[in-house]
Amino acid sequence: MKILIKGGRVIDPASGRDEVTDVLIASGRIVSIGRASELPADRVFDAAGLVVAPGLVDLAARLREPGQEHEGMLESELAAAAAGGVTSLVCLPDTDPVLDEPGLVEMLKFRARKLSRCRLFPLGALTRKLEGQALTEMAELTEAGCVGFSQADVAVSDTLVLQRALQYASTYGYTVWLRPLDAWLGKGVAAQGAVATRLGLSGVPVTAETVALHTLFELVRTTRARVHLCRLSSAAGVALLRAAKSEGLPVTADVSINSLHLTDVDIGYFNPDMRLTPPLRQGADRDALRSALADGTVDALVSDHNPVAEDMKNLPFGEAEPGATGLELLLSLALRWGQDSGLTLPATLARVTQAPVCVLGEAIGSLATSAGRLVEGGVADVCVFDPAAQWSVTPAVLASQGKHTPFSFASTGMLLPGQVRATLVAGTVAFEASRPVPA
Amino acid sequence: MLQLDAESLYAELREGVRPLLKAETALVGIWSGGAWLAERLQQDLGLPGGLQGFGVISSTLHRDDFSERGLASGTDATRLPFAIDGRHIVLVDDVLYTGRTIRAVVNELYDFGRPASVTLAVLVDRGGRQLPIAATFAAAKIVLPATQKLSLERADDGRFSFQTKEAR
Amino acid sequence: MLMRRNPQLNKNGELIHLLSIEGLPKAVLTQILDTAGTFLSVNDREVKKVPLLRGKSVFNLFFENSTRTRTTFEIAAKRLSADVINLDIARSSTAKGESLLDTIANLSAMHADMFVVRHAESGAPYLIAQHVAPHVHVVNAGDGRHAHPTQGLLDMYTIRHFKQDFTQLTVAIVGDIVHSRVARSDIHALTTLGVPEIRAVGPKTLVPGDLAAMGVRVCHDMAEGIHGADVIIMLRLQNERMSGAMLPSAGEFFKSYGLTPEKLALAKPDCIVMHPGPINRGVEIDSSVADGNHSVILPQVTFGIAVRMAVMSTIAGNQA
Repeated sequence: MKILIKGGRVIDPASGRDEVTDVLIASGRIVSIGRASELPADRVFDAAGLVVAPGLVDLAARLREPGQEHEGMLESELAAAAAGGVTSLVCLPDTDPVLDEPGLVEMLKFRARKLSRCRLFPLGALTRKLEGQALTEMAELTEAGCVGFSQADVAVSDTLVLQRALQYASTYGYTVWLRPLDAWLGKGVAAQGAVATRLGLSGVPVTAETVALHTLFELVRTTRARVHLCRLSSAAGVALLRAAKSEGLPVTADVSINSLHLTDVDIGYFNPDMRLTPPLRQGADRDALRSALADGTVDALVSDHNPVAEDMKNLPFGEAEPGATGLELLLSLALRWGQDSGLTLPATLARVTQAPVCVLGEAIGSLATSAGRLVEGGVADVCVFDPAAQWSVTPAVLASQGKHTPFSFASTGMLLPGQVRATLVAGTVAFEASRPVPA
Repeated sequence: MLQLDAESLYAELREGVRPLLKAETALVGIWSGGAWLAERLQQDLGLPGGLQGFGVISSTLHRDDFSERGLASGTDATRLPFAIDGRHIVLVDDVLYTGRTIRAVVNELYDFGRPASVTLAVLVDRGGRQLPIAATFAAAKIVLPATQKLSLERADDGRFSFQTKEAR
Repeated sequence: MLMRRNPQLNKNGELIHLLSIEGLPKAVLTQILDTAGTFLSVNDREVKKVPLLRGKSVFNLFFENSTRTRTTFEIAAKRLSADVINLDIARSSTAKGESLLDTIANLSAMHADMFVVRHAESGAPYLIAQHVAPHVHVVNAGDGRHAHPTQGLLDMYTIRHFKQDFTQLTVAIVGDIVHSRVARSDIHALTTLGVPEIRAVGPKTLVPGDLAAMGVRVCHDMAEGIHGADVIIMLRLQNERMSGAMLPSAGEFFKSYGLTPEKLALAKPDCIVMHPGPINRGVEIDSSVADGNHSVILPQVTFGIAVRMAVMSTIAGNQA
């Protein structure tokens, strides 16, 4: 099917392209970017006033399948991805059963392909059942489609196992995706500080992150394994990361939309939507994360999409399951951060398109040359959005099964910028806004 | 606006209460206006028990409008320096209106014992009764519209005066 | 972020739930203390009952056991003529996995007018207050480490009774403050009522530096902490703290931070000693001090009933 996206502001952060022009798509690929001659197209999108960007690449989303269907299912969560303009996403292995067998990975990819939407890049478990003891068959899992290996939120407390896992992964050049979180220091439900003390909530000190980072960087020095640090949360953590990068260690990092915008003060009167992991820290931490994302020390912005069932959230703060829905907010929150930081639109979009693909690197094979980009001859993964539109986050407008988010209109009273009008994956329309969603 | 001379009405009250007070009769003023009256009556009539020998009673804990108006703030507690069982009580108040305060005060009194009798003397009876309650003596009987609130004031030097306010 | 109205106050600034002392205006606290005075005199009468809560059902929902606190709430409610139902949560449906909100919904269907809740999780009463019908009131009888507002109020009543003027006092709170809901409520009440010098005294594991943000002076030295104090509030040291690697032993704690007559001599000569109870003799407080003439621990208990009557009658009279 030939699709012409006409007259939009085409932004490709990778090449620096930023111009009002047309994009012609056929057979799942971008045929041309430039003023189109009057070739017959099956569909014409009028993109006047809209931005035509590469489809977003989200490095952290939980789809809850297999095993946690009361919280989310592939249908709803992939629909949420498409509604959010996300065309490729990395999903975590802490499903039930854990993604530690090639057969499970194949089944997941198969199911997702049948639903014919977002590209799914699963992370395999680093250790069997995520128990932090026995290594998984990393080569087999990679062959089945895994793009890296992760422990999700489960810390590996046995440092010998951790070192061995990194050594093994580095044999094949696999990237290990780890949350810098010390198993014992990280046990609290809120960030340690004046707010947690006042509210009587058990606190997670910054040392939970910095102690883990020191350990990881030391192990990376000795094993030369590639490590992607998931969900940095503190200024101290950012400082350690900066030093590690200037030393030349093979590390990358991401930050979640939650840590980028919120602080512990937002917990308010024990709002369980603010129960998140990593916990929301203080203003100075948020500011450090924002500048680190701007200067590239932190490579990518992720949604950290975690749909949580209603009955798992409507509990006292310490008992509520941590997590928030995020796929449909990634673009808007990236735009908000970009506006607040005084960045250009291409620089803002880079953090959710080109940069995440750089983190994935060779793990996604040939896609690495065109995912996260708009390049002639490359895959037609496109997000068309209205940068001037505003919307309010309410349960009714969310496609995800998870309706809880700290950015709900009820919690913040704020409108979010940017609305997706259409999402294409491999040249097929995966999502189209039927009419502008009212603010 | 009606002008009431509180001081001269007090003089009438004093004379009207005198015959009501037999031996063993106790004087109890309803907080706040009635309590001021009782204090002065105790002194002017030379009643037994000394200057603080009179009782003060509050309707707060037995009011029937708790659900609508909540607990009244800044109230003085009931203080009854004598036994109530078998006692003749003279209740004194500044203004008698619907009768609900009197009903609440009598309930409060019963929390302390069973009086032999309860008699009511007021400065002003403004009509508008909503319960079957009557004053044995009232220094003045007037009619005021429901929108006007009438209450007794006491100056720093002890002089009484009346204040009328338009109720919201 | 949207600044929400304090869920304890209605649109007119009147108290409809008592969840925490934090955020309550001084006038609200003072009014409760004044009302408690009235109820104290009621408790001296022959007929100790008043009809303010007649026809209302008060449900005591204690997810954490406490016979003492539950009993004082029960007495307070009954003296207000309320019907009191005690729910033994440990053996009830919650043990079978029923969620907190489902429990509340079921009890509300039984026409509960007021919930008195004690829960192990900080913030649980806020969740409940958000989900009850407008005519239902919630009293927090202690949530996790966060707040124990009625204890805070009765502690203030006690201080006012013995010391009158808050604005001239030095108050020392000693012990396991980081885990204490009583300490937090006391600190909020003391700062709101204008106490100029509040000291938090204890070892670093139990009295962290960021307590200072609540308006207290952190002291790790006992002598410095209680020097010249008008009021000393001793907190109970819980056994779990020893096993949680926060303290080596009760004996060592007593040596440094236990209140003995020698240490008490550093405070003002007319200093009063308070304790929310139950006391651990020889752990945080020496028997001779607990039973001595500085101790006002028993009056605290008496004031507790009057204060709880004041709280329940105040909130029951205000509409959401």
